[in-house]
Amino acid sequence: MQVKIVSKNFNIPNSHTLEVARKNGRYSTINKLFTMNPDDVTEEVAKSGLRGKGGGGAPCGPKWKMMPKDDPRPSYLIVNGDESEPGTFKDRQIFEYDPHLLIEGIICSSYAMNIHDVYIYIRGEYKFWSDRVDAAIEEAYAAGIIGEKVMGHDFPLNVTVHRGGGAYICGEKSALIESLEGKRGHPRLKPHKKECEWFFGNPATVNNVETIASVPFIVENGFEAYRAHGTKSSPGTMLFAMSGPVKNPGVYELPFGEKMIDFLEILGGGMQEGKKLKALIPGGSSCPILTAEEVQTAVLDYESMWDVGSTLGTGGMIVIDDSANMVEVAKNLIEFYHHESCGQCTPCREGTSWIDKILKNILDGSGNESDLDTILDVCHTMNGKTVCVFAPAVSDIITSIVKKFKHEFIEEFNKN
Amino acid sequence: MSKFVYTQEKEQEFQRLIKKYPNSDSMMLPALWLVQEQLGWVSPEAMIFIAEKLGKPPIEVHSVTSFYTMFNLKPIGTHHIELCKTLSCMLMGSRDLKQHIKDTIGIEPGQTSEDGLFHLSEVECMGACGGAPAAAINGSYHEKLTCSSLDELVKECKSCK
Repeated sequence: MQVKIVSKNFNIPNSHTLEVARKNGRYSTINKLFTMNPDDVTEEVAKSGLRGKGGGGAPCGPKWKMMPKDDPRPSYLIVNGDESEPGTFKDRQIFEYDPHLLIEGIICSSYAMNIHDVYIYIRGEYKFWSDRVDAAIEEAYAAGIIGEKVMGHDFPLNVTVHRGGGAYICGEKSALIESLEGKRGHPRLKPHKKECEWFFGNPATVNNVETIASVPFIVENGFEAYRAHGTKSSPGTMLFAMSGPVKNPGVYELPFGEKMIDFLEILGGGMQEGKKLKALIPGGSSCPILTAEEVQTAVLDYESMWDVGSTLGTGGMIVIDDSANMVEVAKNLIEFYHHESCGQCTPCREGTSWIDKILKNILDGSGNESDLDTILDVCHTMNGKTVCVFAPAVSDIITSIVKKFKHEFIEEFNKN
Repeated sequence: MSKFVYTQEKEQEFQRLIKKYPNSDSMMLPALWLVQEQLGWVSPEAMIFIAEKLGKPPIEVHSVTSFYTMFNLKPIGTHHIELCKTLSCMLMGSRDLKQHIKDTIGIEPGQTSEDGLFHLSEVECMGACGGAPAAAINGSYHEKLTCSSLDELVKECKSCK
């Protein structure tokens, strides 16, 4: 069931060192890369149908094409390694086991967009992993893989790791750039027409770590080899993560289109002894929750997840067993969002705080059914009225829990 | 109010890093990290120092520092326990660990033990969900924790002071 494109070297001892990485194929695409025209690299990625793996699933090729051509200003690639979505721990595996794959992907992507300066923004908590990527970068500089020339080719490239300071919202690409510019991580207003991002007024592209790490395979083997996996509209593979009371939690690379229940039973090993599946949050906590019945039919690709009323997100699944109280689950998640709201937009700042208070009241034993209407009303007010998609995500997950597990809230009221 | 300055080593690191950005504004977080590595927290004097270095009003440095939860605005204990409380960790028993820390070290989230050795923070998702429940002690991750494995780690901290 697994197809290892990004995770191919994960199990090789010392795969993070340059010596072992090179023995196992790292940087083997670079010579081919420089025989290609940069536009052809972009075209190859566009044809492969590679989609952003950070949660949004936006196609990567069209994003790269938004970079202005022949712009006199320097342009930048910013790699988003702020992985903070609850249930998600996949980019961390790339940092730990194959940082040279990331650097190779950065070389390919930078060449395609004629970029010479790259920043990898890694969440502050991941100190061990940012140190590891830093060490890989140092090795790559020393070996002439990056720096004034990329492996002898007339193409300078500088790569810098930038550590965050502990703010979930900095995973939002415009907030990430604000943070990289030394400010509070407040998301920016979106332009009416799609365009590239701007870093100190210069053109920039922001891509997730796993997206960039998927590029070398496409450059080396062509778009058709990538499309050989997955489905027509969700081609290729993704690092899916599983956590919660299952026998084998972890990160597994699967082609899109596999059945969720197979993933849970076969790779996840099924539920731990004595536990029964009650619900599952499919792609990081911002995706609407699925009931145990819905899990039976769900399929792991973007379109199929929309069909069951949720989203694929980052592919980080949280499995919830029958011993969990869903009111507590909702409270736990709203505490997260309340804490992480950047505070810029009133509906989000006040809405998360308000729902947090209501759920606290319910758990303290002073709730009643009208509270549920208030929660749904606040969720409705938060949706689509803010600068970024943080508030709509809160609205989606909380609404789905309240609607699908209403009986558990009623039980909570009846305890009084 | 005593003046803050970087040690020679931190100053060299600052000068090395500033060359990597097109604009010195980007040095805000790296500069704050250097302060926290040196001091264990970010003091008002250090904020003034950074403000002067980057040509910013001190309030702007404070505004940024207080936005990011990892920067300590007050001194904390020698060993910092950051216990993850988000969903996967909660489902796998982080609440038991919190209670255990209260029973054994006597601190709740946000508190420092009387001897100044331990400080407990409850943090949001650390990205260690596959190894839930997880905690970081002085920045190092420890996963699949139990009360007894936590006791071992606490013992290690005590022995190294």
